[in-house]
Amino acid sequence: MSLLAARGASRIYRNGPAGRGGATALDQVSLDIAPGECVALLGRSGCGKSTLARLLAGLERPDAGEVRFAGRSLSTFGRADWRAFRCAVQLVFQDPVSAVNPRETVGQIIAEPLRHLRGLTGVAATGQIQALLRAVDLPADAMGRLPQQLSGGQLQRVCIARALAAQPQLLILDEAVSNLDLHLQIQMLDLFARLKRDRDVSYLFITHDLRLAERFCDRVLVMCDGRLVEETRVGGAFALTSPEGRALQDAILPAMPFRRARAG
Amino acid sequence: MTSSQSPRRLVIRNLGVETTRHGVAVTLVDDVSLDVRAGETLALVGASGCGKSLTCAASLDAAPPGVRRTTGSIAIDGVEQAPADIRGRLVATILQNPRSAFNPVRTMRQHAMEGPAARGAPAASREQRVRAAMADAGLEDVDRILDLHPFEMSGGMLQRMMIALALASGAPFLFADEPTTDLDLIVQRDILNLLLRLTRRQGLGVLLVTHDMGVVAALADRVAVMDAGRIIETARVMDIFNRPTHPVTRNLLDAHLSLYPGRSAA
Repeated sequence: MSLLAARGASRIYRNGPAGRGGATALDQVSLDIAPGECVALLGRSGCGKSTLARLLAGLERPDAGEVRFAGRSLSTFGRADWRAFRCAVQLVFQDPVSAVNPRETVGQIIAEPLRHLRGLTGVAATGQIQALLRAVDLPADAMGRLPQQLSGGQLQRVCIARALAAQPQLLILDEAVSNLDLHLQIQMLDLFARLKRDRDVSYLFITHDLRLAERFCDRVLVMCDGRLVEETRVGGAFALTSPEGRALQDAILPAMPFRRARAG
Repeated sequence: MTSSQSPRRLVIRNLGVETTRHGVAVTLVDDVSLDVRAGETLALVGASGCGKSLTCAASLDAAPPGVRRTTGSIAIDGVEQAPADIRGRLVATILQNPRSAFNPVRTMRQHAMEGPAARGAPAASREQRVRAAMADAGLEDVDRILDLHPFEMSGGMLQRMMIALALASGAPFLFADEPTTDLDLIVQRDILNLLLRLTRRQGLGVLLVTHDMGVVAALADRVAVMDAGRIIETARVMDIFNRPTHPVTRNLLDAHLSLYPGRSAA
């Protein structure tokens, strides 16, 4: 059985930019994520990737269709169900600055899910916070710092640590590693791969970087104008076939420079 | 844009930048020298926080508050210039995340007229010049775009507009600080192609700050590698990729090439 699924999920934003009426951000999207599976969601800016992420994380409701967790529609959830769901499904956003309270220290930020979702406080919580900071390669003394005292990449890793604090079964990463240096991106992917192996954690990895998707994921979904237009398994001679998928694959940057005609 | 009398070379020499932490001076950029040539792209690469962006900003005396330039000079064709005099005139700058670089309550037309007005360009020629620059930057439908506010435009369109504003300044050199980092792959490719065309056809000299060796492979002619505030290696792009000499360069390349199965670092 799939862990998290969308069935014909649509989302229409009724107050479009400059009052231009409704905009269909998602158009009847269906997908399944199995336990321990890693699914990449690929598409250019504005295609609806983040809207789908917000629906799957229960932050917004679909205007049509449904999102199902462990076989049950989120629309039937009561208070206890939501709590269990929040534990199981965590989301890391693209912009870390807007995802944290600027007046809380890193320690307080990570302590929140520990307290609310796992009931950990005091020494037990502190031990966990330090272990989580180590896992994302931040020094232990980062605990006492405020968000503005960290770089964007450091703060993004705080957000990843906060998501991991809930010990989720599914992590939705919405361009969550895009702003990191490449070696940190790879380090984070290695950490995610380890959690996947050890604890069967699933991932929805939203990105526009096909290179990372290919490295980390089992399956690639391509989205275009609010619809899923392609699903391809990763492995072997990996090639996307839809026009949108091909456009994305063709735009991958070269591995090596090529000899160019020089000016003057 | 540039003619035969256009400047050919911009040289930053012995740049040093420091700040004060807990009453102690901390060096952020240490004796950095760079040589940007017309018609070429020099990539400045390195890990985040190594001082790349600060080098660009401080060489033009545009470093953020609390950070000071302690040494260094900037020269155009061998003649030393006051950084404030060449900023916006001989060197235009484009930044990462174009959305935060525009005033949200002003239209593109208002943005476009501000620079030429500040430089004292004759009013009659201002809009014409901007229109030509927008066409060069690949923006079609100029009339409609000039009436738009930033929130009505995509990130790719805004970055093209920022490049158009840089071109309209007539500056022969461009400092581009992570110009494609927040853009999707397809828009990124288009913007890189645009920058390549501008260097080749119009002779623009570009200093490109990036942490992505894929961007370097696509665009750079020469590469300077920075680590902890110092330049540790400068070479032609082919040599950097095929014969890196410094361990930091090799690490950057290894990480980059690990994303391309079937390839390994030289």
